[in-house]
Amino acid sequence: MIIDLTDTSASKIGATLVQARRRAGSPTTGAVLTLIVSTEERHHYDAMKAASQAAREHPARIIVAVARPEVARTRLDAEVRVGDDTGPGEVIVLRLYGELSAHADAVVMPLLLPDVPVVTWWPDEGPETPKDDPLGRFAQRRITDAAEYHKPMDKLRVRAAGYSPGDTDLSWTRLTPWRSMLAAALDQFPRKITGAAVSGEEGNPSARVLAIWLRQRLGVPVSRTADEGPGITGVELMTPDGPIALTRPDGELATLSVPGQPDRPVALKRRETAELIAEELRRLDPDDVYAKLLKDIDVPFTEPLKVGGPTVQKTREAAAPGEPSPAAAVAKGKRGASVDGTGKGAS
Amino acid sequence: MSAQPPSSATVGAAADAARGGFGDSVARRLMSAQEHAGTDWSNPLRDAQDRRLPRIAGPCGLVIFGVTGDLSRKKLMPAIYDLANRGLLPPGFALVGFARRDWENQDFAQVVYDAVKEHARTPFRDEVWKQLAEGFRFVPGEFGDQAAFEKLRETIDELDRLRGTNGNHAFYLSVPPKFFPGVVRQLKESGLAEGGENTWRRVIIEKPFGHDLASAKELNKVVNDVFAPRSVFRIDHYLGKETVQNILALRFANEMYEPIWNRNYVDHVQITMAEDIGIGGRAGYYDGIGAARDVIQNHLLQLMALTAMEEPTSFDADAIFTEKVKVLSAVQLPEDLGAHTVRGQYAKGWQGGEKVIGFLDEDGIAKDSITDTYAAIKLEIDTRRWAGVPFYLRTGKRLGRRVTEIAVVFQRAPHLPFTATMTEELGQNALVIRVQPDEGVTVRFGSKVPGTSMEVRDVSMDFQYGEAFTESSPEAYERLILDVLLGDPPLFPRLEEVELGWQILDPIEEYWASHGKPAQYEAGTWGPAEADEMLDRDGRCWRRP
Repeated sequence: MIIDLTDTSASKIGATLVQARRRAGSPTTGAVLTLIVSTEERHHYDAMKAASQAAREHPARIIVAVARPEVARTRLDAEVRVGDDTGPGEVIVLRLYGELSAHADAVVMPLLLPDVPVVTWWPDEGPETPKDDPLGRFAQRRITDAAEYHKPMDKLRVRAAGYSPGDTDLSWTRLTPWRSMLAAALDQFPRKITGAAVSGEEGNPSARVLAIWLRQRLGVPVSRTADEGPGITGVELMTPDGPIALTRPDGELATLSVPGQPDRPVALKRRETAELIAEELRRLDPDDVYAKLLKDIDVPFTEPLKVGGPTVQKTREAAAPGEPSPAAAVAKGKRGASVDGTGKGAS
Repeated sequence: MSAQPPSSATVGAAADAARGGFGDSVARRLMSAQEHAGTDWSNPLRDAQDRRLPRIAGPCGLVIFGVTGDLSRKKLMPAIYDLANRGLLPPGFALVGFARRDWENQDFAQVVYDAVKEHARTPFRDEVWKQLAEGFRFVPGEFGDQAAFEKLRETIDELDRLRGTNGNHAFYLSVPPKFFPGVVRQLKESGLAEGGENTWRRVIIEKPFGHDLASAKELNKVVNDVFAPRSVFRIDHYLGKETVQNILALRFANEMYEPIWNRNYVDHVQITMAEDIGIGGRAGYYDGIGAARDVIQNHLLQLMALTAMEEPTSFDADAIFTEKVKVLSAVQLPEDLGAHTVRGQYAKGWQGGEKVIGFLDEDGIAKDSITDTYAAIKLEIDTRRWAGVPFYLRTGKRLGRRVTEIAVVFQRAPHLPFTATMTEELGQNALVIRVQPDEGVTVRFGSKVPGTSMEVRDVSMDFQYGEAFTESSPEAYERLILDVLLGDPPLFPRLEEVELGWQILDPIEEYWASHGKPAQYEAGTWGPAEADEMLDRDGRCWRRP
């Protein structure tokens, strides 16, 4: 059931919700959180769908706030969706026109469910300091996505500077399958790691974040290769017995190679936004691992970014034959080879 | 809200290392020390604070005996796919089917494919299927056929080589219990029961675990001759259900229930598992077993143990086991078994609008069968917490509807300020944990009727676990299979629990065998009148679930 309200107020929206629930015959609600989605008009439908899907795992009242500052007349329109196929919870879409667009918090505040946690998600570029955003202020957890910005690492750096507990970013969430597979591989093949290499799509923030995480956890130099993607294309962990490699050239099916063991296929598909949001909603306490990671975001890598991929590779070889490696660090020869190998894997 | 799985950071290939009589956390520390003997290696990518990382099973394979059966197609295969889809199966996981069929690997893959398409919970994804399907193998043969087991061993060796299952294999015996001894012996004789250093072999068995104490011991002996106790996983799929695990969360993560969870406030507890179906085509299995052996001995006693046990010191297997065994050991049977136990058989009737035949008219059932399709018993638990509080356990086929629930019924409130007429419609407070279907918790309490001066009536407050959670919450078999592959035993009943279950039930079965006949009840009702009389004697009545 979708109820449209034009030129309305928060209290009218609240009353409409109660009425709609009464009519459906279920006057209580089992929601475990309120999810605020702060977005633009053009993204609101996809975001609403993703949020509703995530709400199947975590029943929620979803409030989608769409700011329309370009409209002169100040007005509040709302769309209340209850018990339709969007999902089990309630969805309220707010359109805030004119001056009101800067005061979304005033409209959202009375609509928050009592007592349960509040999560705010910005599917677009989002604010620089989520905690200071009007809609971020009352949230326990604030979800941003640096990949939505054209210079994602700049965005992450700014957010790292303004970090407060409860902040999280989808460029970090996207890494969970990679990280768990690497951790599992190391569980099974416990060796000292002497170096690591990450390759991924040029400008992909997740590849960079993964490299930082590996450097932080392993305390070894991490080399990076930018290629044509999609997303992250491979990770290698050097051990005295040879590299543990997890490569995913096509964004779907990966291969795990462990020295002395047969290669194993791993389904490692890039996940939908709804799955990422559902993962974020699973725990609502601050993510300390992410916080720690952000502290290192500005520490430069010892080795410059290599450029992989078939075309770039060729030009580079033609330009600089026998280029000496500046970082003659640990296991130089092996790692050099491994990075090339990864580049080839990406093609 | 959901009960989180107990953490287990370092359950690796040698997870079955000696646990002995230590507390599990001690054992685990000991274990990881043994695992990396001589080094102080710990996985640098693991961090206790990093709770996003799930537990992924190490390299391993699963062999299913009786792979053509219903359970295998409807539950096991879909669960394996769902696990793979959630990224919880190891890369290179292998699934081997063993059955008396003339199939090639690809025929088997097709059977799994159909089962997954039809029954899997999560959406079908090609790359996941591809990853899985490469590890499918089929071995045709009889359960007593030496050559077939030889072939199975070759298959497993080949999987170790090609897929990297590293010698770790679990054997799922989805076969009738009469085949257990044969299969287990063959596993031993073909050298399949032992993998060698740093590998594990585990065996998974399904109920029934015998039909009385003697046969259960016999069965355990057969299995334990070949597999160490810690490598034997007994599936009670109820324990894999989220709602059942939620009993522990509800009781021990909250402050508001535990203070009243005792004889001072609880009047009695009713645990019900009702089915609307009859015995269907299972006459051969069911006749001579009956409802009490089939359901009360395992599922209902486990639910009772979880409801009644004291708080464990942790969610480790040993800690939970200790508390469950304490409760089961303290169970007292009623002195007059005739007055406090009831059994019945469904007679013909109308079940939910469908005309159905009675138990004695079912195919394969003798006209004079005394097998029970309904059983209700009263138990008491002689502990400081529960002395004097009866636990009523009932189960049956062809009852009103399909439901499993635990109802904790509280004592009647003293109504000093209220006159009798004011509280005429007020019953006892109750807290009901609905296990299936429509999982959730209901609290029943009195509330003022609006508009009247002061009249009080029962109302229900409902928490629906299933309002949304269920859509994404894993099936019981998913959780249990993963736990087997991880070597994580808290959700599996141990030998002692099975034997205690039979110790409780055996005297009742013996009494029934020598006294009278099962009462008849019309299909589609809530059991025989004798069951109502049984509670009536105690001044109580059954809930209509």
